[in-house]
Amino acid sequence: MSDADLIALTAAEAAHQISIGALSPQELFSAYRARAAADELNCFTWVAPANESAPAGSESGGGRGSIGAAAEAGLELRDTPLAGVPLAVKDLFCTEGVPSQSGSRILEGYEPPYTATAVARLQSAGASLLGKTNQDEFAMGSSNENSAYGPVLNPWDRTRVPGGSSGGSAAAVAAGLAPWALGTDTGGSIRQPAALCGIVGMKPTYGAVSRYGMIAFASSLDQAGPLTRDVTDAALLLRHMVGRDPCDATSLQLPAEIELPNAELLDGIRIGVPAELTGGPGEGGGGDSEGGGIEAGVLEAFRAALTQAEGLGAQIVQDVCLPHAPHALSAYYVLAPAEASSNLARFDGVRYGLRSVDPTHPQDLLDMYERTRHDGFGAEVKRRIMLGTYALSAGYYEAYYGRAQRVRTKIAEDFARAFARVDFIVTPTAPSVAFGLGEKTGDPLQMYLNDYCTVPMSLAGIPAISIPCGLHEGLPVGLQLAGPAFSENELLDAAYVLELALAFDGSPARV
Amino acid sequence: MRAVIDRDQVLHVARLARLKLTEEEIEPLAAELSAILDHVAHIGELDLDGVEPTSHVVDIAGALRPDEPRECLPREVALAQAPAVSPTGEGFSVPSPQA
Repeated sequence: MSDADLIALTAAEAAHQISIGALSPQELFSAYRARAAADELNCFTWVAPANESAPAGSESGGGRGSIGAAAEAGLELRDTPLAGVPLAVKDLFCTEGVPSQSGSRILEGYEPPYTATAVARLQSAGASLLGKTNQDEFAMGSSNENSAYGPVLNPWDRTRVPGGSSGGSAAAVAAGLAPWALGTDTGGSIRQPAALCGIVGMKPTYGAVSRYGMIAFASSLDQAGPLTRDVTDAALLLRHMVGRDPCDATSLQLPAEIELPNAELLDGIRIGVPAELTGGPGEGGGGDSEGGGIEAGVLEAFRAALTQAEGLGAQIVQDVCLPHAPHALSAYYVLAPAEASSNLARFDGVRYGLRSVDPTHPQDLLDMYERTRHDGFGAEVKRRIMLGTYALSAGYYEAYYGRAQRVRTKIAEDFARAFARVDFIVTPTAPSVAFGLGEKTGDPLQMYLNDYCTVPMSLAGIPAISIPCGLHEGLPVGLQLAGPAFSENELLDAAYVLELALAFDGSPARV
Repeated sequence: MRAVIDRDQVLHVARLARLKLTEEEIEPLAAELSAILDHVAHIGELDLDGVEPTSHVVDIAGALRPDEPRECLPREVALAQAPAVSPTGEGFSVPSPQA
């Protein structure tokens, strides 16, 4: 097979070819490794070194779980479910002996002594670590412009952002630099970049995937999930990541195994379209929708996709309401920064990462903390730490954090009520197509509005998937399907059917 | 719930967060935080009387493990990434609280 043929295979197709002996995992890995090493989009902060046939324990680096280590461990890759197919992993997943920096200067060069459960499970299933992907610092951002390691470029148009915070993962998959990738989603950080890059991205039910080893942003919201070329690949990756983990007390066992989707129609499926999350410019009530409306071109592609869904037998229900959805963004931008302010307190120059020293005069412990955190954190991270600290401080806790937690309850109730009437909720994933680099960095609030459609699902802890549904002015538009907690299989089935019908065949020009 | 965060509050919060701010950073940060707080203050408009707060969306029971000691990270591994290790090699070295 030529390299072009190799790259064209989906992960599932490649795994199958390897399992029948038609393709060697080493050959596939080499092809992707070369592409990743030559990346011009700045997708990667680390790529597996070329000498992967070196046995583990030599000084070749590359970390455990690289293809060499898997072979050394006696894993006959072709007999494993993931067959050695290379996987790109977002920087914030701890990977033993391999830099894990969460896109921040404060963790530059940090090599963890252990591997995150999600990654370890995938490696046990046969995945091989291709590289670590660039991201917004500490997963805070919607454009990958907050990375301490430079922005990621959207392969569809290099003057535009790939979305964030899993921008590197999304761009790598879209550009054919990796067959699939792991990302994380706190307020939309898998789904939104998937939409802006024209690929599939899924956030599972909160708790479905262990957070052990994920450098934390907001613990009640963070979830790992797949970024892939199609829904089948997303199901395959998710299948081997999920499950209760004794190291994460918030993790749970899904009621059923994740299956590869095979539905053919949407007969009998009721899909709700909430007015609050599908308004156009100027539509919608107060709260966050002021000036935050959805681009006309995005709505057009979205509505065309709904028509397709109807053609497949789905019943579109237009009067579904999520009355508190307009307040979801506000609640999120209290809760997430508050949790972040607590989670990021550990970065203080003591045990790992950057320690700032002032050579001009002696410093005490407080100086060291304050200077290290000043030097090591970027502007957005500082902003959110400050916001979170303020919201949790004496005198303000009840007015901000306490209220936001109650808004969260109402949002969860809104969804529960909606799911009594419909099987899924559908919205555009993001309010716009990929925007220009630097276009929204001047106003944090403008940037936050990118999460408008994705944040409610994060707050409610329900699973949601974004699939490409069309193009607007040559740039991809994503459609988001959300279901009740634990509805992963049903969601994947519905997304699979829609994906087939939509036949989105766009791809950015291959490098 | 009108929220305007002024210079003194910014410095107070920065101290709580152990974040040093340069003189040039204070005013812009105050302005940005005020704008954001002003926006999120919309949640003050909602009637939330009698609504329970949610800290954890999905109920889980039995998440605890038996209270039995297990192996923990070996000392040298824990110290391997340290910016500074004490001369005896026993711990992390940090400046005194009062230099």
